[in-house]
Amino acid sequence: MRFSSYQTGGFYDEMFAADDLPRPQARLLLDTIESLSEGQLLRSKIAAERLLLQMGITFNVYADSAGTERIFPFDLVPRIIAAEEWNWVERGLRQRIHALNEFIDDIYHDQKILKDGVIPAEILLSAASYRPQCHGLNPPRRVWCHIAGIDLVRDRDGQIYVLEDNLRVPSGVSYVLENREVLKRTFPQVFEGLAIRPVNEYPSRLLETLESLAPLATGNPRAVVLTPGVYNSAYFEHSFLAQQMGLQLVEGRDLVVNRGAVYTRTTRGLQRVDVIYRRIDDDFLDPEAFRADSLLGVPGLMAAYRSGAVALANAPGNGVADDKVIYAYVPDIVRYYEGADPILPNVPTYLCWKDDDRSYVLEHLDQLVVKSANESGGYGMLVGPASTSEQRQEFAAKIAANPRNYIAQPTLSLSRVPTIIDDHFEGRHVDLRPYVLYGKDIYVLPGGLTRVALRKGSLVVNSSQGGGSKDTWVLAKPVENWNGFHGGQQ
Amino acid sequence: MNSNPLLSRVADSLYWIGRYIERADNVARFMEVNLQMMLDLPAENTGQWQALVHTSGDNQMFRERYGAATQENVVRFLVFDRENPNSIAICVNVARENARSVRDTISSEMWEQVNRMYLLINSSPSTLAGDALPEFFHRVRTECHLFQGLTDATMSHNEAWNFLRLGRKLERADKTTRILDVKYYMLLPSPSDIGSAYDDVQWAAVLKSVSGFEMYRKRYGRIAPDRIVEFLLMDREFPRAVHYCINCADECLHAITGIPPGGFSCPSEQRLGLLRSELHYSHVKAILASGLHEFLDALQVKMNRIDTAILEDFFAVRPESQHDTQHDSHAAARSTGAMQR
Repeated sequence: MRFSSYQTGGFYDEMFAADDLPRPQARLLLDTIESLSEGQLLRSKIAAERLLLQMGITFNVYADSAGTERIFPFDLVPRIIAAEEWNWVERGLRQRIHALNEFIDDIYHDQKILKDGVIPAEILLSAASYRPQCHGLNPPRRVWCHIAGIDLVRDRDGQIYVLEDNLRVPSGVSYVLENREVLKRTFPQVFEGLAIRPVNEYPSRLLETLESLAPLATGNPRAVVLTPGVYNSAYFEHSFLAQQMGLQLVEGRDLVVNRGAVYTRTTRGLQRVDVIYRRIDDDFLDPEAFRADSLLGVPGLMAAYRSGAVALANAPGNGVADDKVIYAYVPDIVRYYEGADPILPNVPTYLCWKDDDRSYVLEHLDQLVVKSANESGGYGMLVGPASTSEQRQEFAAKIAANPRNYIAQPTLSLSRVPTIIDDHFEGRHVDLRPYVLYGKDIYVLPGGLTRVALRKGSLVVNSSQGGGSKDTWVLAKPVENWNGFHGGQQ
Repeated sequence: MNSNPLLSRVADSLYWIGRYIERADNVARFMEVNLQMMLDLPAENTGQWQALVHTSGDNQMFRERYGAATQENVVRFLVFDRENPNSIAICVNVARENARSVRDTISSEMWEQVNRMYLLINSSPSTLAGDALPEFFHRVRTECHLFQGLTDATMSHNEAWNFLRLGRKLERADKTTRILDVKYYMLLPSPSDIGSAYDDVQWAAVLKSVSGFEMYRKRYGRIAPDRIVEFLLMDREFPRAVHYCINCADECLHAITGIPPGGFSCPSEQRLGLLRSELHYSHVKAILASGLHEFLDALQVKMNRIDTAILEDFFAVRPESQHDTQHDSHAAARSTGAMQR
């Protein structure tokens, strides 16, 4: 397969500066791919898919009753990030996570940022993810977002924006690790001659982060991973991370609160637990504190957490900072707590609760992307340019009924990466979700999950909506003639 | 203890993985041997397929759904039927579901193997042509053995491993008693057949279905029903003999509890120890004199009680009653020898 007929189509391409003009950081990889014998790439692709199926690296599709497991499609052509650009992204992520953490701690204590009028109090207090139950809590080290996944996108002009902050139970990191593994096993040639930053230290760093949260009196902390169970769409990831860290994977029914502390039910009776990496939403965590109908949770867990008997990661209540309306204020949040301008910019965002913004949004529904403030996974979303007039009417009615719950953003022309489509390469739109850990200090996993919208022209990269993924390479060394990124702040 | 004690739920799943993989293996080996034996028998001798349904213990369900015990019907029922809780397809599916829920406890190699078996069974057409069957059953057996081998070679021999092995050994003991029971009943009540060439063929098939033919020959030489009974029930070296399996199960249980051999700390340990002693001090002549069927029947009842005791001692340890309903349904499923999730 050759790139000679590959077209960037007027989009920013992560690998090509223009048709026939590879970016310096991609040149070596493109040469390697072109030097492969005819058919080898497709053979590797088939081998990779078979491997994913055999390893059982699948996700569950809720709406799909026939055969609930699918592999998450994996494209062999990696996405490459130059070392210089990554340094800048990493600094931006550190700054943003630090600020968001300060913000959450402030919201559940003195609420200075509201008193100072930076964010209207009624907007914050009406966020569905604001948890009054968490007021006054002091999580260990006062860290609230231990594991975060920040969605980044690059627009047509080359500028990278933060699209979303995922602070509650971000998923996908297991694919980062497995994609690298699968690529190494099926397509080792492409790694030759390149120094790529490894990703496999993530489980160790995650374990360190979790253990750093243990109550101080405990010499030998015991952490567990809490999953909703095998039918959850991210179950593979839960079991994978537990296995990689050597922790027990538990379900709610395996845990019990006894005299204020949390225990696992084992073949030898009850065993104390110090730290829970929970992959269950706040709402389902504890039927006594949140949703009473939750069967997944552990009665009494929040009381134990409140007393400091057990640590939870992520901290309950932290979702207040990834509300899509609060998102619009993150640049102000960064300036307020960090005393500096944000390194990573936000996508311009219209808030439908503001009268001016709302009338603009309603007039431009065919151009904007409208999002519900509290949904994820690509649900509850309108992509204006791809929508029908019925869909637009439906959203106009929804916005009018509940303006607080909707935001709108310009439709970005997400950057593209060459992707194997049938027997040739075509550009497909991608985003990037880097993962950030916050325990004793902040750690950013090099790269992250590149999700790719496999449907031609589609901008929706979610796995539940026909998306796939790519391996993401952060180069360890600067390349010669790297021409910088367009529109960045530096 | 080097590692954390096992979650009760995880111990439960491991035990059932052991049982279901072993069950799939046994159904496949019964089928394989039956196919071969049919070639040696006169065409009018069709009772063998019926006997196989008896061995699996689901006779009534089979009669209701299929009627005549033809090869085609029995293959469909015992291999692919998703309504039959003991078909190979269901055994593999349930083993995989359980393996999925304990993926962090077993090794990746074990998970990938049980997943490969799942993909094998689910990609097979739901009926197989007669000439494809021997190859298919051989494949299923090989895949099951690979799983057992990977279990022993890639997983620490810890508490989790012992639960898996406990399930495997108890299932194996149960299957050996069943095949012995059915075949003895079929072969001995008709005195005219005794000593005929077909008789020998069928007894050899019993041995072959538990991979015991060669080992039996080395030990006893001539085919003789009472010797075969002794070999399959009492042998302490042959890994599919009931006594051997019970000894291993007893060792697993003691490794789990940490109690030295000969003592007991819970009802399951006590019952298993009693059964072990009983086999230890039994004599085949006395068993045959007072009725093999009665003996095997009593043996199966005892093994079922051990299974129930294991559930109560290890899997249902719950300080509160909130999830008891689920375990009650497990217990109910067990009484029919099957559990699906």
